[in-house]
Amino acid sequence: MTAVGPAVARPDDPAVSEAGQPDAVEAGGARDPRAELGPRLAVGPSLQPTLAELSRPGRGSAKVPHPPADALERIPAAARRARPLGLPELNEPEVIRHFVNLSQLNFSVDTGFYPLGSCTMKFNPKINEWAARLPGFAALHPLAPDALAQGTLELLWNLERWLVEISGMSAATLQPAAGAHGELTGILMIRAYHLSRGDTERLEVIVPDSSHGTNPATASMAGFKTVTIPSNAEGQVDLAALTAALSPRTAAVMLTNPSTLGLFEKGIGEVLDAVHAAGALAYMDGANMNAILGKFKPGQAGFDVMHFNTHKTFSTPHGGGGPGAGPVAVNDKLAPFLPWPRVVREGEAFRLERAYERPSSIGRVRSYQGSVGVLVRAYAYLLAHGGSGLEQVSEDAVLAANYLRHRLADAYEMPYDQVSKHEFVASARRIKAETGVRMLDIAKRLIDYGYHPPTIYFPLIVEEGMLVEPTETESLETLDAFADALIEIAQEARRDPEVVTTAPHASPVRRLDEATAARQPDLHWRPMTGAEPVCPQ
Amino acid sequence: MTYGPHTTADRQQMLAALGIDSIDALFADIPAAVQAHGLDLPPPLDELTLAHRLETLAARNRVGLASFLGAGAYRHHIPPTVDQILSRGEFYTSYTPYQPEISQGTLQTIYEYQSLIAELTGLDVVSASHYDGGAATAEAALMTVRATRRDRVLVSRAIHRHFLDTAATYFEGGRMTLEELPTLADGTTDLVALERELADTGRPVAGVLIGQPNAFGILEPMAEASRLAHAAGALFVAVVEPISLAVLAPPAEYEADIAVGEGQPLGIALQYGGPYLGLLAAKSDLVRQIPGRLVGRTTDVEGRRAYVMTLRAREQDIRRDKAASNICTNQALCALAATVYVATLGPHGLRDVAAGGAARAHELEQALAAAGAARVHTGAYLNEFAVTVPDARRVHAALLERDVLAGLQLADWYPDDPQLRDALLVCATEVTNSDDIERFATALREVLT
Repeated sequence: MTAVGPAVARPDDPAVSEAGQPDAVEAGGARDPRAELGPRLAVGPSLQPTLAELSRPGRGSAKVPHPPADALERIPAAARRARPLGLPELNEPEVIRHFVNLSQLNFSVDTGFYPLGSCTMKFNPKINEWAARLPGFAALHPLAPDALAQGTLELLWNLERWLVEISGMSAATLQPAAGAHGELTGILMIRAYHLSRGDTERLEVIVPDSSHGTNPATASMAGFKTVTIPSNAEGQVDLAALTAALSPRTAAVMLTNPSTLGLFEKGIGEVLDAVHAAGALAYMDGANMNAILGKFKPGQAGFDVMHFNTHKTFSTPHGGGGPGAGPVAVNDKLAPFLPWPRVVREGEAFRLERAYERPSSIGRVRSYQGSVGVLVRAYAYLLAHGGSGLEQVSEDAVLAANYLRHRLADAYEMPYDQVSKHEFVASARRIKAETGVRMLDIAKRLIDYGYHPPTIYFPLIVEEGMLVEPTETESLETLDAFADALIEIAQEARRDPEVVTTAPHASPVRRLDEATAARQPDLHWRPMTGAEPVCPQ
Repeated sequence: MTYGPHTTADRQQMLAALGIDSIDALFADIPAAVQAHGLDLPPPLDELTLAHRLETLAARNRVGLASFLGAGAYRHHIPPTVDQILSRGEFYTSYTPYQPEISQGTLQTIYEYQSLIAELTGLDVVSASHYDGGAATAEAALMTVRATRRDRVLVSRAIHRHFLDTAATYFEGGRMTLEELPTLADGTTDLVALERELADTGRPVAGVLIGQPNAFGILEPMAEASRLAHAAGALFVAVVEPISLAVLAPPAEYEADIAVGEGQPLGIALQYGGPYLGLLAAKSDLVRQIPGRLVGRTTDVEGRRAYVMTLRAREQDIRRDKAASNICTNQALCALAATVYVATLGPHGLRDVAAGGAARAHELEQALAAAGAARVHTGAYLNEFAVTVPDARRVHAALLERDVLAGLQLADWYPDDPQLRDALLVCATEVTNSDDIERFATALREVLT
């Protein structure tokens, strides 16, 4: 592991002691002895200087030819950059070492168990990465004439058919760049649908209190008012509350099914009937599709529109937070409003739809055709599994979650103690009442044991909640070892709470001063140029 | 082929622990009336067969032509350092850095990305990425509406057609309006028309969006446009191409409030349109309006430097329906590509890429003029410009038969503009070589005679 070298730190750098010397902590000096408490460590221990600190004037390697000296002389002086560009200057070996060392500060699916509820951190197959990099796919220009793009167009056309079958809908768009983008697309289509019927008073979108934050944020962005309804004691949509909230002003109801509590909506038939009886449409947030492939088809059941998160269900990489892809599938009611262009098949040939062919479309939601490189990976995943393999995925994901829930049922409270789907919520309410140790502390302590913590404090309706999603690609040994660790931490909370409340001990950095980060934002490596300091919130 | 590790014995052990004898018991909560019974899809494939299938599809695309097509997505030399780092599982198989203690790799690279884009644009607050240039443009237009509490946005018709269309779709949801500004014969935005629209005090303007270079490749009088916008109390948004900022004035210099653009040229493969990278940078007083993730530097409990997502109160998972945007996933891996690309090239390399494209474009202009295709506009350009040929549709198709991709037919984007009816938008970058240019010119002569 590389230690931090004699980097040139800024005078205001908190890592610089008063004597002006960088702290020795990262350089392999004295570490907290409790670091040893962690049975294994899945991330490296060393911090890195910034590119700016590594920069030395004159370094660099020629990657492209030097242009002639007069290359810019036709550019008017007013348009030209006057001051030289203050970017870092490094040679290639330093660049590689910098980023490789940074990578080792990350926890990832490739290095350990990542049971982040609601995010489906399954294994990312390597052939998918290979496929997306094939020059035929990777080097294709987005405005290439259809004749040059037949392979990709065929792939996209086929992918749409697969998504239609999986969703039980009748058509899909592959254009949205992420799940939240898919939500916006779906809600804008719903808006267009109502307006096309002269139904101009539908200005509300109903969401349950367990919904993802993107649902109400999407509704606002699309110009709707959000109405939030409570869940019932079983964590399900409260049909009475829903019926009371539905009105001629309701444009749509957005539901996640299985819900963000990992529970299937048992009353979904009645819920959808009530939504449609009110003249509203039903949107399904498909974040939890990994539980129900081949077991439940939202379109067949009566949902009007849904989005997929390819990085959840279809194994495309999460990438440290993107890029994703958020295809949206719809039934016949909404198909006329899908964004254009879609891929059209004519005999054996494929082409992009022209704008004038479907004037009712909501238009583009982004430039070009979508996150095609991500969609190639999703398609490879689907082809590999086939219909039977996808069903197996959901069965194994649900089995793993229920097994883990069973293993943890004594050490933690299970606020909804029933069969779950691919994820479940556990609560540390009792532990907190007895010991003062919070779910946040337990999550941080899991890091010392070599695990990425589950999602915590979501959904918001569970006190001291933890949403655990093991996925189908983790072995029984991993599931058991993780359960053992959580049980051990629950015991630690009673035996030695401080070791939990001060965790993590073994990570590259420990708990962060997030308050100062927000109060005095330091968002890039130069002092801010604005006259006044940024003062948000 | 599946990637699950469970053996039959593993599954039986788990079922036994749960006290059930069939997996069906775990799906009994799905009411019979809505239960599905399997998927009507092909059988699984082994890896070798899958690889063949995908190679066959990829081979049906044709990517080896002499291409002069840009129009917002550009072919550049991508140093292998970029893909080496993108292929690190630690980066591409992690997620949003909710647990900063074990995500410093992603967090520091985003901080460095913010720093590099801040340097290129001169603006202080850089969002840790949007989906693409179109979505970033739409978000910037919405920012001007929130920041000024006005609801009318003026956009030059010469910003990328897809960016404009995307913004129009995003604007569908609100009571805001998006109006197009005309262009002049030289290819620049009509600033007299801008001034006239801004003078309509009954309909105050929130923001003015202009491209640099614009969709015709032409350099706009940004300082003057910015001054006019500000005099009317509107914000000025520059729609930029990031490589060009190595040689063109940074948006801060002409006092743009926001800069947006497509980050694809910074080390991201063309991929038929995505995933790309939406650039969005703003002056610090707009920080509360900026959508998406921001990473800040702070310290841990031991005083060590560390990075964390910050100013989260703008975001959807905290603010729900009051959030600045619904954006959740960003483009972290694409931002990483841009960071490695810029770090590898450095300031001199980036300048060479920009100036090299300009030099090749000039060579292309002369070669095409000699072959009978003169420029449409008279304004200065950097590395992309429009030429007129007789019957652009026929010429474009005939050149394609000769393995030359002669840019974009601008009539596709501007069907009602007589000046552009037979215009081809062509570009050159540092990867364009003299052989390609010669091939284009020769083929054009053949086609025109």
